[in-house]
Amino acid sequence: MSALLEIKNLHVSVADTQILKGLSLSVSAGEVHAIMGPNGSGKSTLSYVLAGRDGYEITEGDILLNGVSLKDMNPEDRAIAGLFLAFQYPLEIPGVTNMTFLKTSVNAVRRGRGEEELDAASFLRFVREKAKALRLDDDMLKRPLNVGFSGGEKKRNEILQMSVLEPMMAILDETDSGLDIDALKTVAEGVNALRDAQRGMLVITHYQRLLDYIKPDIVHILAGGQIVKTGSPELALELEKSGYADYVGEVVA
Amino acid sequence: MSQAKENIEKETVEKVQSLAGEKYKYGFSTDIDSEKAPKGLNEDIIRFISAKKDEPEWLLEWRLDAFERWLTMSEPKWAMVDYPQIDYQDLYYYSAPKSMDDRPETLDEVDPELLRTYEKLGIPLSEQEVLAGVKNRVAVDAVFDSVSVATTFREELATAGVIFCSFSEAVKEYPELVKKYLGTVVPKSDNYFTALNSAVFSDGSFVYIPPNTRCPMELSTYFRINEPNTGQFERTLLIADKGSYVSYLEGCTAPMRDENQLHAAVVELVALEDAEIKYSTVQNWYPGDEEGRGGIYNFVTKRGDCRENNAKISWTQVETGSAVTWKYPSCILRGDNTVGEFYSIAIGNNYQQIDSGTKMIHLGKNTSSRIISKGISAGKSSNAYRGQVSIHRKADKARNFTQCDSLLIGDTCSAHTVPYIETKNPSAILEHEATTSKISDDQLFYCQQRGLDAEEAVSLIVNGFCKDVLQHLPMEFAVEAQKLVGISLEGSVG
Ligand SMILES: Nc1ncnc2c1ncn2[C@@H]1O[C@H](COP(=O)(O)OP(=O)(O)OP(=O)(O)O)[C@@H](O)[C@H]1O
Ligand SMILES: [Mg+2]
Repeated sequence: MSALLEIKNLHVSVADTQILKGLSLSVSAGEVHAIMGPNGSGKSTLSYVLAGRDGYEITEGDILLNGVSLKDMNPEDRAIAGLFLAFQYPLEIPGVTNMTFLKTSVNAVRRGRGEEELDAASFLRFVREKAKALRLDDDMLKRPLNVGFSGGEKKRNEILQMSVLEPMMAILDETDSGLDIDALKTVAEGVNALRDAQRGMLVITHYQRLLDYIKPDIVHILAGGQIVKTGSPELALELEKSGYADYVGEVVA
Repeated sequence: MSQAKENIEKETVEKVQSLAGEKYKYGFSTDIDSEKAPKGLNEDIIRFISAKKDEPEWLLEWRLDAFERWLTMSEPKWAMVDYPQIDYQDLYYYSAPKSMDDRPETLDEVDPELLRTYEKLGIPLSEQEVLAGVKNRVAVDAVFDSVSVATTFREELATAGVIFCSFSEAVKEYPELVKKYLGTVVPKSDNYFTALNSAVFSDGSFVYIPPNTRCPMELSTYFRINEPNTGQFERTLLIADKGSYVSYLEGCTAPMRDENQLHAAVVELVALEDAEIKYSTVQNWYPGDEEGRGGIYNFVTKRGDCRENNAKISWTQVETGSAVTWKYPSCILRGDNTVGEFYSIAIGNNYQQIDSGTKMIHLGKNTSSRIISKGISAGKSSNAYRGQVSIHRKADKARNFTQCDSLLIGDTCSAHTVPYIETKNPSAILEHEATTSKISDDQLFYCQQRGLDAEEAVSLIVNGFCKDVLQHLPMEFAVEAQKLVGISLEGSVG
């Protein structure tokens, strides 16, 4: 069986600087992979290139989702194909309520898949339920998207969007940073609720703590634009003790 | 998966096609026999128009006087708009469908071609449909080139004492009202274009709301320019007598043509004691094409007079059309405790040029005004907000709040804010806020990651930006206006 997400020998340049230098990785349906790595190693770059952000040029290699190359797809078609990115820094959109944004997003994705748009009342109920599970006030749904949200609220809101969109393949870029202990648990619950045999996840984090709650199947270390080590969840525990020193040296050489 | 992808591609193609078709969906023209005045402008043409409308002598004199003044005036040059010299002798000043020679008494007698035109434009002229709840409950005066072709719900409105008819009819049926108020808010020679309009105005709407009456339905006028090389010079006069309330909306569209067309309108509002007028505009004249060919030159003078105490006039405008817009709906706050409001969304795309804003003239005590302007520029457009707040000597404790926000899409467009503030009374409290922002690539990418295409993303972000103004539109039109905001920005990204 082929992987849900397959990244093959990926080379990516941003503004003529090569950031990813032959990164390979594959996530099968039902798996959660964690990616850890030092600042500036290319984790967010990876998440952006997966999502199709402008300016991230693939110079070599390929990305396949369910066997289909994403290389020539625009970001919205990737979203429609089931890819979701929880941003490290979620954006603000003044004047557009959280609820309107969610509805526009879900309907755009559904339309893209040739499905009917959802009726407003049942959608509202559905979203409220998800919001409640993430301990986000109804009030937050009426506020303009991310405007004036605290750091932690923004991150929870990303997970709300993910819960509502129910993507096939989710990438979480440092969703844990900025969360207090309770929020971390809530977010983890939200993420775990989506774990199932069909879905894949790529969780980018700096801290072992998150992985106590979202138990990964596999942990990768990304350094210098490559996966330098892949292992079991214990790898994260080792990192906690010894840091990246061993791995950083390897690539620079 | 490949099936799914194929579907996605098909959808995308279909969507792009439907969008392209929607770009300016009012761009068709109606093939209809019209009667025109000979080309050009002189006293005879004015006499022709006046005779066509069977006008009384006093009105002809009024027109001729305006014409004489116009001859001595010149086009204002202070606005940030640039267009070739208009040849005023190369225009038709009157054009009317032949079938309108005798104004039909009922809708059944109106030329079916005209009715089809309004149907295509989505304007409800059939009272039955409105009553059946198919269409919004709105009374409509439909102006086609130089004449009004139909006015709906006149009888129902008349039972409430409300007069809603074409200007030409008002001259015949309510001459004393017209005579009393015409030109009292916007003097004939206020500016070059008002003088021109006063000389050659054709049709428009007349509204009178009697004392202590809340107009039982939304009133609206729908202006359509159809004939080529023809100017439209509409004239609207709206009077809200003591303690009355009315909400009025006007819409405008025109066919796509390569030549520019002139539209010079005058709108006068009079609000007496305790009266309130809410005047909304959705201006969607043909804006010209991607290369800046064609489009309407829109030179409009709109002014409201809060003539007595506690009156309130509120302007809301959504300006998406026209190649050139020159328009400053204003309020004269004459009575004590009067209130003036101006809520504006002005969108420029491609080569559109907009110079628009408002004047708030505080004359009475405790007068207050509020200005919220949202300018959006895309393509190679230029968008200027020009506003004047002037507090006169006797206007004790006047207040004004002004907020001007500009949003830029891309980097080939421009936005300008030109506020003038004059205070002759030290008790005035004035607040002014202005911001300029850009739609960031990050915001677009974020929306796209959530499934929206670039145009949808822009439309969503711009609608958010305009929200404070959109919410002031009558509900019946808010949804349409939201869509229009998106459509008018098509092609502005990617
Ligand atoms: N637009 C750009 N131009 C030049 N360099 C860039 C650009 N964007 C990112 N980079 C560089 O690419 C490298 C990888 O950045 P990236 O954001 O992917 O790191 P990261 O692993 O997510 O780091 P962190 O843990 O701090 O979030 C960094 O050195 C960064 O400075
Ligand atoms: Mg990062």
